[in-house]
Amino acid sequence: MCLAIPGRIVALDSDARNQAVVEVVGVRRKVDLGLLQEESIRPGDWVLIHVGFAMSKISEADAADQIRTLALLGESEAAIEEVRGYGLEDEKHSNNERGAGP
Amino acid sequence: MATPAGKIKFREPQIEMAHGAGGIASRRLVEGLFAPLLFGSATGPLGDAAHIQLNGTRIAVTTDSFVVKPLRFPGSSIGELAINGTVNDLAVSGARAEALVVTYVLEAGLPTDVLEAEVRAMAGAAERAGVRIAGGDTKVVEHGKADNMYITTTGIGRLIPGVSVLADSVRPGDKVLLSGPIGDHGVTILLARGELDMEAEIQSDSRSVLPLIEDLVKAAGAGVRWMRDPTRGGVATSLNELARDCGLAIALFEQAIPVRDAVRGACELLGLDPLHIANEGQFLAVIAPEQADIALQALHATPGGSEARIIGEVREQPPASVFVTTSYGGARLVDMLVGDPLPRIC
Amino acid sequence: MRYVDEFRQPELIAKAGEEIRRLADPLRHYRIMEVCGGHTHAIYRFGLKDLLPSNVELIHGPGCPVCVLPMGRIDDGLSVTANPDFIFAAFGDMMRVPGTHGSPLEYKARGMDVRIVYSPSDALKLARRNPEKHVMFFAIGFETTAPSTALTILRAELEGVRNFSVFCNHVTIIPAIRAILDSPDMRLDGFVGPGHVSTVIGCRPYEWIAKREHKPVVVSGFEPLDILQSIVMLLRQLRNGEAKVENQYKRVVPWDGNRAALRAMAEVFELRPYFEWRGLGFISQSALKIRPAYAQWDAEQRFTVPGVRVTDPKAAQCGEVLKGVLKPSQCKLFGRECTPETPIGALMVSSEGSCAAHYNYQHHKPVTIANAVAL
Repeated sequence: MCLAIPGRIVALDSDARNQAVVEVVGVRRKVDLGLLQEESIRPGDWVLIHVGFAMSKISEADAADQIRTLALLGESEAAIEEVRGYGLEDEKHSNNERGAGP
Repeated sequence: MATPAGKIKFREPQIEMAHGAGGIASRRLVEGLFAPLLFGSATGPLGDAAHIQLNGTRIAVTTDSFVVKPLRFPGSSIGELAINGTVNDLAVSGARAEALVVTYVLEAGLPTDVLEAEVRAMAGAAERAGVRIAGGDTKVVEHGKADNMYITTTGIGRLIPGVSVLADSVRPGDKVLLSGPIGDHGVTILLARGELDMEAEIQSDSRSVLPLIEDLVKAAGAGVRWMRDPTRGGVATSLNELARDCGLAIALFEQAIPVRDAVRGACELLGLDPLHIANEGQFLAVIAPEQADIALQALHATPGGSEARIIGEVREQPPASVFVTTSYGGARLVDMLVGDPLPRIC
Repeated sequence: MRYVDEFRQPELIAKAGEEIRRLADPLRHYRIMEVCGGHTHAIYRFGLKDLLPSNVELIHGPGCPVCVLPMGRIDDGLSVTANPDFIFAAFGDMMRVPGTHGSPLEYKARGMDVRIVYSPSDALKLARRNPEKHVMFFAIGFETTAPSTALTILRAELEGVRNFSVFCNHVTIIPAIRAILDSPDMRLDGFVGPGHVSTVIGCRPYEWIAKREHKPVVVSGFEPLDILQSIVMLLRQLRNGEAKVENQYKRVVPWDGNRAALRAMAEVFELRPYFEWRGLGFISQSALKIRPAYAQWDAEQRFTVPGVRVTDPKAAQCGEVLKGVLKPSQCKLFGRECTPETPIGALMVSSEGSCAAHYNYQHHKPVTIANAVAL
């Protein structure tokens, strides 16, 4: 159900509204932008393609954010352990925080 | 001595497209119907070419038919395929093609200039491959009965000294070598049919691999255990045939398998696996580990061999299987092709 | 950014794997269902099960639109195009799915004009190019695909293309999930949510799973890192005793879904009162049919359709495998009578059916690949 692939818009069709040419690693195909009418799509944008229709505009910021989160996996735990080890926590709150996790 | 009547094991009531796709079904047809009736008791593993003794000389002979639509496509055409395909089948069996004979089945209504173009293409390919076209035959069938033209080429060749290609000689630890990027031909044909409305800078890789194999054999000689050209059914099918014939496992490293970007893109869009896609200008070789590096260097030094890679190795377990390992430790089995690779959306 | 390779980076995959091992309570056995067939396929293709600890079990759900299509519907569709003036157009996924008298490819071998299309708009194009024939598009898919079919019908109307119709088998995912949760045999801890369906319906439709069934749902992408990160997020919730809907696939899935897509679907389709799902039985309000206003493009309204009901052979356990109650290898026919070449049920034909995925990628061999791999 759902082979959908990210592709880059390389050209908007000047004649047909809601048509564009998308490129996926060097392969080009026309796609229908009819499902993204409410967005402004420009050449250079990345979209998710499914059966010849663009389903969603891909957010570069969210993608980069996700990669960053993944890179930090395990590290935030380690950082918190380290901070705890310094005993800098407020005595009053330490019982609540124990076991809460990040 | 009377040959006992062959007992066929092929149970299917009619022939389907899958029987010609080069995968499991094709193998069932050959092993279940043709082999028992035609090859009698002398059925060992079926290779690309047959080697026969003729007055003390061993000769290789092979035949192949070419059915392709469209006839012409980026990078090549049916005529070229017909020459290179047979030259390659001989080459991977360890033989140098000497002469070919050609048969044409032509559809009435075929424009002469189309035929001429293909015959010229064949002449050119034969010259480049260093092989003589010794003769042939032509038949014409009614309009609608031959998809423009079908070409069959039969080739004979002399064995290249110092090479013996046998699935039985493959050992755990042997390396699997691939001559270059895969998927180009099959994807080119799929896109050339025009139904998918996709464009890409991809062209067929059709070529004679004989020069590469000659240099490989010169360098690695006795270390070359087995070779095959991964045409219909792709690398996956060829290696599964080997795995079945030798009973060992073939482990491939995903990162090492060369695939051109555009081929990768087309495969992603269509949900296809490059390992199942036909190639017309590549070959696989299994090399003894001590000679693997020399073999690779020899290919890199030969024109057209710069993209050769060691893509895997032979192991004991699991028996008779082919699997791919990813760079992050995941693994998956790669099976033989069932029918033609079909684009998918799910 | 190519949005593919970045999500396959080995070091990050290794980190995610470690985090999963760290979060998984050794005293618990986690059963996580991945609903979408695309996830099933990805998990097998990338060998992700090898990266999970043995107490984190991934169960394949019914999100495979080919697998849940009853054989009778294929028979019905093929009966419409039995005439030489017709063209049967469908995605590649449908081509080898067996009807009672053969698959579309087999019908093609016997002379029917059968074409593979990549997009419903390609089917419409076929109709424009072949005015003397009628093109029937056999539509399948969940909400990911339905909007594209809807837009294609709207375009057919706009352009006045009359030799085109759709045989509509679109189904919706929520009723399928409900059927799973209602099933007494199932014990599940959480869901990996269908990322591409969610680009259309958003994340809200899963809230009842969290609120009423108290099971976490993480809407997931399809790259290895997406799926692994989703499992991390699920395990975190389970560890903290939480049950909420989270969106792991933020770069693509909007929380509120795609309004244009939902509008197109609402314009062209309505819900069938009930529809038979192979293996799951009749489910109400679970499938789409074309509205009367667009009857001209509805193959079922334009042509006589036999309406055959074909029951699966008793020995086939498609239903239980679809619901995740049985593993593919536990079905009595798996690997014997039922193989990708001789499929009994659609789960073995569809590339994302769990049986086909299991057979093609991981076989039922006793020696696991993980043992054989010593990198």
